[in-house]
Amino acid sequence: MSDASLILLAMALPLVFAGVIALTGANRNLRDSVMVGSTLILFATVLSLLPSVNAGGRPSVALFDIMPGLTLGFSIEPLGMIFALVASGLWVLTSLYGIGYMRGAKEKHQTRFFACFSIAIFAALGVAFAENMFTLFIFYEVLSLSTYPLVAHKGNEEAKRGARIYLGILLGTSIGLMLPAMLVTWYMAGTLTFQPGGILQDNVSRSVGAILLILYMFGIGKAALMPFHRWLPSAMVAPTPVSALLHAVAVVKAGVFTVLKVAVYLFGLDYLQSLWSADFVMWVAAFTMLSASIIALQKTNLKARLAYSTISQLSYIVLGAMLASQLAIVGGGLHIVMHAFGKITLFFCAGAIYVAAHKTEISQMDGLGRKMPITMFAFLLGALSVIGAPPLGGFWSKWHLLLGAVDVQQQIMIVVFLISTLLNMAYLLPPVIRAFLLSPPKDDHDDKHAAHGVGHRFGLAEAPIFCLVPLCLTAVGTLLLFFFVDPIIGLIQSIFTGAL
Amino acid sequence: MTLLGLYNYWIFILLLVVGLYAVLVKGNYVKRMIGLGIFQAAVFLLYITMDKVEGGTGPIMRGVPEPGQLYANPLPQVLILTAIVVGIAVTALGLALAIRIREEYGSIEESDIRRQDQES
Amino acid sequence: MSLAAQFPVLVVVLPLFVAPLLALLANRGNLPWLVAIVTSALTFAMAIALTAQVMQTGVIYYELGNWPVPFGIGLTIGPLSAMMLMIISGASTVALAAGRESMNAEVGEEHQALLYSCWLLAMTGLLGIAVTGDAFNIFVFMEISSLASYVLVANGPKRQALTASFKYLVTGTLGATFYLIGVGYLYMMTGTLNIADMATRLADVSDTLPVMIAGGFVILGVALKAALFPMHAWMPNAYQYAPTPVAIFFAACATKVALFVMLRFQYELFLPNLGPQASFLSSWLIPLCVGGFLVGSAVAMFERDLKRMLGYSSVAQLGYIVLGISLSSSAGVTAAMIHFFNHALIKAALFVAVAGMVLRFGSSNIEQLAGVGKRMPLTTLGFVLAGVSLIGVPLTAGFISKWYLIQAVLELGGLGILLTILILVSSLMAVVYIWKVVEVAYFKEPVDGQSMLGVREAPMPLLVMLWVLVFANIWFGIDPSIPITLAKQEAAGFFGGAR
Repeated sequence: MSDASLILLAMALPLVFAGVIALTGANRNLRDSVMVGSTLILFATVLSLLPSVNAGGRPSVALFDIMPGLTLGFSIEPLGMIFALVASGLWVLTSLYGIGYMRGAKEKHQTRFFACFSIAIFAALGVAFAENMFTLFIFYEVLSLSTYPLVAHKGNEEAKRGARIYLGILLGTSIGLMLPAMLVTWYMAGTLTFQPGGILQDNVSRSVGAILLILYMFGIGKAALMPFHRWLPSAMVAPTPVSALLHAVAVVKAGVFTVLKVAVYLFGLDYLQSLWSADFVMWVAAFTMLSASIIALQKTNLKARLAYSTISQLSYIVLGAMLASQLAIVGGGLHIVMHAFGKITLFFCAGAIYVAAHKTEISQMDGLGRKMPITMFAFLLGALSVIGAPPLGGFWSKWHLLLGAVDVQQQIMIVVFLISTLLNMAYLLPPVIRAFLLSPPKDDHDDKHAAHGVGHRFGLAEAPIFCLVPLCLTAVGTLLLFFFVDPIIGLIQSIFTGAL
Repeated sequence: MTLLGLYNYWIFILLLVVGLYAVLVKGNYVKRMIGLGIFQAAVFLLYITMDKVEGGTGPIMRGVPEPGQLYANPLPQVLILTAIVVGIAVTALGLALAIRIREEYGSIEESDIRRQDQES
Repeated sequence: MSLAAQFPVLVVVLPLFVAPLLALLANRGNLPWLVAIVTSALTFAMAIALTAQVMQTGVIYYELGNWPVPFGIGLTIGPLSAMMLMIISGASTVALAAGRESMNAEVGEEHQALLYSCWLLAMTGLLGIAVTGDAFNIFVFMEISSLASYVLVANGPKRQALTASFKYLVTGTLGATFYLIGVGYLYMMTGTLNIADMATRLADVSDTLPVMIAGGFVILGVALKAALFPMHAWMPNAYQYAPTPVAIFFAACATKVALFVMLRFQYELFLPNLGPQASFLSSWLIPLCVGGFLVGSAVAMFERDLKRMLGYSSVAQLGYIVLGISLSSSAGVTAAMIHFFNHALIKAALFVAVAGMVLRFGSSNIEQLAGVGKRMPLTTLGFVLAGVSLIGVPLTAGFISKWYLIQAVLELGGLGILLTILILVSSLMAVVYIWKVVEVAYFKEPVDGQSMLGVREAPMPLLVMLWVLVFANIWFGIDPSIPITLAKQEAAGFFGGAR
């Protein structure tokens, strides 16, 4: 099958699956098997596009012109390939996890949930494969809209409020900031197509370009740059599988992916380095990184702490983009992968803890390691990856970001990264330590309502197997990524060296 | 033409402003319709007087027209007949509405009606 | 003499002749409605045929009674006129198809023959304005449609419909009379009423005071009719209290026709001949437009009645259109014309959905519509999708309009950036008021005491019409080639050469 048809197939599949899921909603087991099967098929389809991109090719397909000169088209380049693989691959695991979680927590409206999930993946792929900023914007908005029902899933007052903030900030930034930036870019450069070296260099003066950068960076609300970060903690009212996939992987990664694409393919690294606002945004990212970590320290709710940790980690990638050196871009791209695996592990664990032990606060987690050793060990691995310790994958992305900082004489950023690492340790390790080294609280009795999970015979109270297996797989993934990182680095570097 | 010689325009302006004042300021619906009527009459006068030609006679042909005979321009008069008909229809409709409003509200004063709407 | 050659005049004559026939028919059940919708559908078919012809061969000229222009009245159907014909007859057909039950519920079965007769007369008037090439003829048709409209609005179920109609009458007559004054002055100076002829003769007298005054009066009169800020107060009022099918029809096209007149006068007569003064006049319009879309959107956010909220939203949307017109550029007028088309689709869809809700819930108050998402899922989803188009999310018609408008505005440089920001601010306000409805519809429980037992989905014809419109919104958001071609053809006519 030609690459072009593979791309179209990859895009069409999630939509078809959404429909099938909606139709098979009545039979729970049928629907869930369809769900898992479809994720595997999708991942296989996306994977089959990898060889061409690896070899330096850029599979593309142009659909049609919406307005003269503005095409709805797809063209896969290394960053997009990586993002698509991460999103579709982790979707397989999340759907497994989601089945376990939703059944374990006895959530309602599961069909609607899974159908919307599919549409969200469709949108994420659209963002990954977009050939020009216009197409990206379309799918970016579809992503915002299709995840709204997922965030508001529970339907109570709290969920509504959270969802309102979520949508309000995302739509507000995209319509209010990103869209005008796009319009001005179109007006001045005459094109919105992503090209290596950027399209703004010769068409837009430095001063206008600087303003445009600010509009773009703050307009990409999904990257959670302060002060537009509030949507992320608000979206935690969603069920954990949503938080796991969308807010550790798809939605936020779409945001930072867009940041990278804009930096590399709209602005171009040389042009970017010459703009004063790149420094400004870099400092905003640094500020976000540190203050989000400090806030995370103060949060007692596990999911809230992870949310703020995500905000902090996203700023790593934005900072990398603003450093505008090749090594930093490699670091940013790597971080998309590393953080995805690390964070999703942490969220899976948080959800497992809720399903198995009905605990949401860190203070309740004392001694949990005895009951849920597998989960907490996975949590440890995920935490170490996010902290950036070897031999976990997160080490490599940090390493490259640090090198990238040195490359452009921004040594002070090394200090920022180091402080951030220390803060990461301060807020990610305590839960693990408490779980393994402290004894459970006196009034902790076996929760009769907890789902019967794995290991019941051994006196353990792990989460159901559908939850446990995915989180183990992602935790192992963080380990494997440490050793098998070279292909990914090579792929990203081919942006700068290979034929484009 | 002297300023005073343009008296038709002065009358037009006067009637226009009077009519407009009545429409905008008066609270009584019937008085508003009267104002509207005056306002429209002003425009009618404008059209009719614009086509009067000095020394011109009524635009009716009797036999063969003499060379050099001036006629008033018939076109605006015809236009204004149309406009007068429209004005009649508008007045009729407006008054019909006023009657119905009276039936529903018991009054045709704006303030009364507003008060009744707020109370309900 | 083929029938097709008579389409330009048949399009107006058909509803005109059917109207009195309808009035004379006894009130026999659904017969008035049936006659009205058949006439409407036939007119729509003719409009489509005319549009196809215009897109292929260019402007169609037709002389009434074979009297040569400028002695007789001539009809001129250009790309924009064709678009207007489609919008008007299309809106009428859709409103009639979707609104039969609503009309029965809100107006009652008694005077329906007269009511539908007035509907056809209103349609006649609007269509006439779209095709005619004579300035006074515009006034005549304008008043025909207005008088019929006043009657239609006054038939709303609540007694406030009467006062709403009265205020509409007064404002509308003022507007028409101002327009008449303007035309009178133009006639005085140019000696002709035919617009094309006037265009050539105006060049000789362009710097005289009466002509500029005429321009002012015409624009003012039309602005009153078009509910341009700050003379907009009558419109949300009228939409709220009119019978909902009437609101569907009017929201989609009535004020647009007035803007069509403004566009023609501005671009055919004033801009080419008065040049600097006309641009000066139009630059006065820009702050009014901004006021329109900011104030309109802002008030809409706080409105509690759904129809009234949509009325204020229309004030904002019309502000966008006039902004495009007042830019006095090819890009600006293109954007305005594209929005004529798209806004008709959007507002018609929104009002059809509202008609369904009002029919089943008996009220258009937003609080009373709580929980409508569960009971009427298809209707509410249609409303949401149309709302998304209103906001201007990509892949919908609304986005296309916004894109073109902002591109046109950016040509103004610094001021353009400011206008862009304001336009986007009002889009964000649209997000607020549409989302308010979404929340009440989906996430609130029904009001206590509200008997939900009787509430079921809207009637089938209404649902069909709603979803046809929603799909049209998405279709023209993905493939807007037809409105874009028509708009560009028209703009080329204004700026490129002779019509």
